[in-house]
Amino acid sequence: MKKIILSALAAFFMVSSAYADTVRMGTEGAYPPYNFINDNGEVDGFEKDVGDMLCIRANLDCVWVINEWDSIIPNLVSGNYDTIIAGMSITAERDEVIDFTQDYFPPSPSVYMGMSGSDVDLEGGVIAAQTATIQAGYVAESGATLVEFATAEETISAVQNGEADAVLADGDYLASIIAESGGEFANVGEVSIGGGVGMGIRESDGDLKATMDKAISSMKEDGSLNALIKKWFGNDANTF
Amino acid sequence: MFSYCADPKTLEGLIWLFCYITTVKHMSFYVSFLVVMGLITLAAPLAMAFGFAGAIACRSSIRLFRYLGKTYLAMIRGIPDIVFFLFIPIALDQAFEYLRHKVLCPEVTEAVRQGNDFVVCTAAKLPLSSASEWVHDFYGFSLALLAFGFVFGAFTGNVLLGAMSAVPKAQLETGEAFGFSPRQIFRRILLKQMWVYALPGLSNLWMILIKATPLLFLLGIEDIVYWAKELGGIKTGVYEYPHPDWRAWYFGVLLIFYLLLTYLSQLVFDKLTFRLSLGQATMAGKSN
Repeated sequence: MKKIILSALAAFFMVSSAYADTVRMGTEGAYPPYNFINDNGEVDGFEKDVGDMLCIRANLDCVWVINEWDSIIPNLVSGNYDTIIAGMSITAERDEVIDFTQDYFPPSPSVYMGMSGSDVDLEGGVIAAQTATIQAGYVAESGATLVEFATAEETISAVQNGEADAVLADGDYLASIIAESGGEFANVGEVSIGGGVGMGIRESDGDLKATMDKAISSMKEDGSLNALIKKWFGNDANTF
Repeated sequence: MFSYCADPKTLEGLIWLFCYITTVKHMSFYVSFLVVMGLITLAAPLAMAFGFAGAIACRSSIRLFRYLGKTYLAMIRGIPDIVFFLFIPIALDQAFEYLRHKVLCPEVTEAVRQGNDFVVCTAAKLPLSSASEWVHDFYGFSLALLAFGFVFGAFTGNVLLGAMSAVPKAQLETGEAFGFSPRQIFRRILLKQMWVYALPGLSNLWMILIKATPLLFLLGIEDIVYWAKELGGIKTGVYEYPHPDWRAWYFGVLLIFYLLLTYLSQLVFDKLTFRLSLGQATMAGKSN
């Protein structure tokens, strides 16, 4: 028994030499085309491509971790992963808790999506948004009644089953849903909120932030970032 | 997975459906059923152990143990489960990492808590950042298992405690009359007879345990409810198999799974009740 306990303790405090530069990239995996889980069960999307390329340039070994949106910041600061790369807009409130790199995706408009033919009162109606997004904050202040959901998916269903009159989300997320709904959904309004999208990093992790900033700059300079934006968001998307 | 599934855009009808439900992502869904069953089958004995220890402690003649046991039972039963499900894994994880940090990186002088951040040195991470994915999954699963065992243990403890007090005193006195020591009475009479009184409560707990497994996702484990939501949601053209909102179908599958599981468990519990009631002075197992 003593032997077992001792060897368990030894294993617990064992030093492994193979912990070089592995960076765990936290993402939501439920917000196409920013990030999603493809049919092979792997993380895919714009941010997967950007993240992988950043890691190559920064010479880091990266692995992808899925975490629900709700707890994505708490789990970053408690060290479950090292970055948030999940379509997170840079805002002052978030900046108080975590740090952001420079933006790797320029500001793009948010869209109200409702059922086609419906007359939506954007300032007095019931608007759905995903919890803890800039859109949720905007709706709360716009005078409309805000209904929040944990995932973007559920905000769409809320509109579909009449619980909400419209949903406010990133235009790039809603674009393909509107286009492929066969005329069921329609764009009923647009607003410009929020700055660009940046990578969230722990405030105590200044080195990683500097490394990623440098890698993003290099991708901006040689146009490879713009190429990826066009690949995932179409040729009309805002670029750098 | 199959060669004729290589280009899903060209497939139609049943073949499309077959290829769709055999994607790697769906395999993860099927595997998560095993994860849930594994959690239940491991959490039940663990909860039993915690509960047994709690019940024994409550009956102990040593005051400290009695207090510890009663605090454990009362605390867990009084505080919402979800608090413990969130608290235990996080607290354990940070405690482990803190310990490892102190032992493995004594040269680091910066505080572990820096503002909002919990920072330990790279070598103290548990599991290491460079560890493969299954190590992280296994670690998360173990923490979740501990949390389930700890929480359900308190309820089990209370059921066992009640069952122990329900054994007719005359039975124990008979043991005494035969000259059994207290320990012998406990092992040979009390422990053997209490099960029939404990079973209804334990079967309740088992059912609740089965239904509590979706809490796994809170702990970062991708369980069946997570996959059902993820697979069932609207899939646009960026996915290989686009489809509208199919969550109702996926949740239907979960419904059948959970109903089947509870139905089968009930059958087993009925059998057990009958077996354990043989020769006992109770009505259990006699009514049907």
